[in-house]
Amino acid sequence: MTIAITGVVLALVMLVTVFTMLLTRRLREKYAVLWIIIAVAMLLLGLFPQLLLGLTTLLGVVLPANLLFAMAILLLLGVSLHLSWEQSQAEDEIRRAAEELAILRADHDDLERRLAALDRLGNPRPSAPASDDEPRG
Amino acid sequence: MTQTPDTVLVIVPAWNEDRNVGNTVREILSADPRYHVAVIDDGSVDDTAAVARDAGATVLTLPFNLGVGGAMRTGFTYAQRKGYRRAIQVDADGQHNPADIERVLAGLEKADISIGARFSDVGDYTVHGPRRWAMVMLAAIVSRVAKTRLTDVTSGFRAANARAISQYVTYYPAEYLGDTLDSLVVACHSGLTVTQIPVAMRPRAHGVPSQGALGSTVYLARSLFALGLALLRRPRRPRSSEENA
Repeated sequence: MTIAITGVVLALVMLVTVFTMLLTRRLREKYAVLWIIIAVAMLLLGLFPQLLLGLTTLLGVVLPANLLFAMAILLLLGVSLHLSWEQSQAEDEIRRAAEELAILRADHDDLERRLAALDRLGNPRPSAPASDDEPRG
Repeated sequence: MTQTPDTVLVIVPAWNEDRNVGNTVREILSADPRYHVAVIDDGSVDDTAAVARDAGATVLTLPFNLGVGGAMRTGFTYAQRKGYRRAIQVDADGQHNPADIERVLAGLEKADISIGARFSDVGDYTVHGPRRWAMVMLAAIVSRVAKTRLTDVTSGFRAANARAISQYVTYYPAEYLGDTLDSLVVACHSGLTVTQIPVAMRPRAHGVPSQGALGSTVYLARSLFALGLALLRRPRRPRSSEENA
């Protein structure tokens, strides 16, 4: 019985934490979904332990604990796979941004050199800002 | 900004190559006045960018190391934005002879991608053992996909026309070996044609390439993995929104 109560308390703590983070915008919805599913599943199993026993016999698992562990592992696998996927996407976006940055930097250097050349020709720009980097080359 | 049809962007990916890149750039620029050189400084910690700029190249400095794939996509994106009709990749280490650029570019008259191949009876480039088997096997597989006989599919000495450039901008693989193998397979799946031109390779001017029995085996395994994935992927169509970017 104590086990069941611990489960309920844990699930509630988890739900409250996830929702607090959501409300304070420290967690994005797409990451929250899996955590909420896990917390709700824990809550249900804690409130109705018979559910776990029923599932155990239904699925032909010998011990209820084994079913619990198996489910926990599956859900955690799902969470980490999701994170790897998001990480890959984020990396791809960062790479694109870095490539853009390199191109813009080259364009910027080029413009700066041209402006410096114009200045040298005695054609000063109106309100030319004091530039501290010398043109190279 | 558009370029005249016969200007060529020579893309030189360079990572900590300040001992080689200066000579490479000068050689390319003196080979033909129509060649514009863009050195992609791939997060180098040495003087690669300054050396390349002094040699007369446009330098695109990446804020951190992206690997050859990322550097090449940067170069192709730059080529497309600046309106170059043709681009060619030349390694910074001096292995690719700038005198051969014109010959590799000539291959673009009959195909979208032209590879400067090392095993085509020209020059004395030789590799042995697992690495050699790997290269032969990979070449055989990619040849089937490309429907033309290719002998050196991991060569980095390759030219692209405007169609190939826009395909590369849409998708250019970043994974290990993806820059050569995967990009070829994806290009073939997108309907681009490939040809190869025999060239001789020169030894590296400075530094040693990584080689070894274990290294070669890992190389074989990883390249087969990369190629297998590339072959299993569905043919991609370039997305129009990125094409006009």
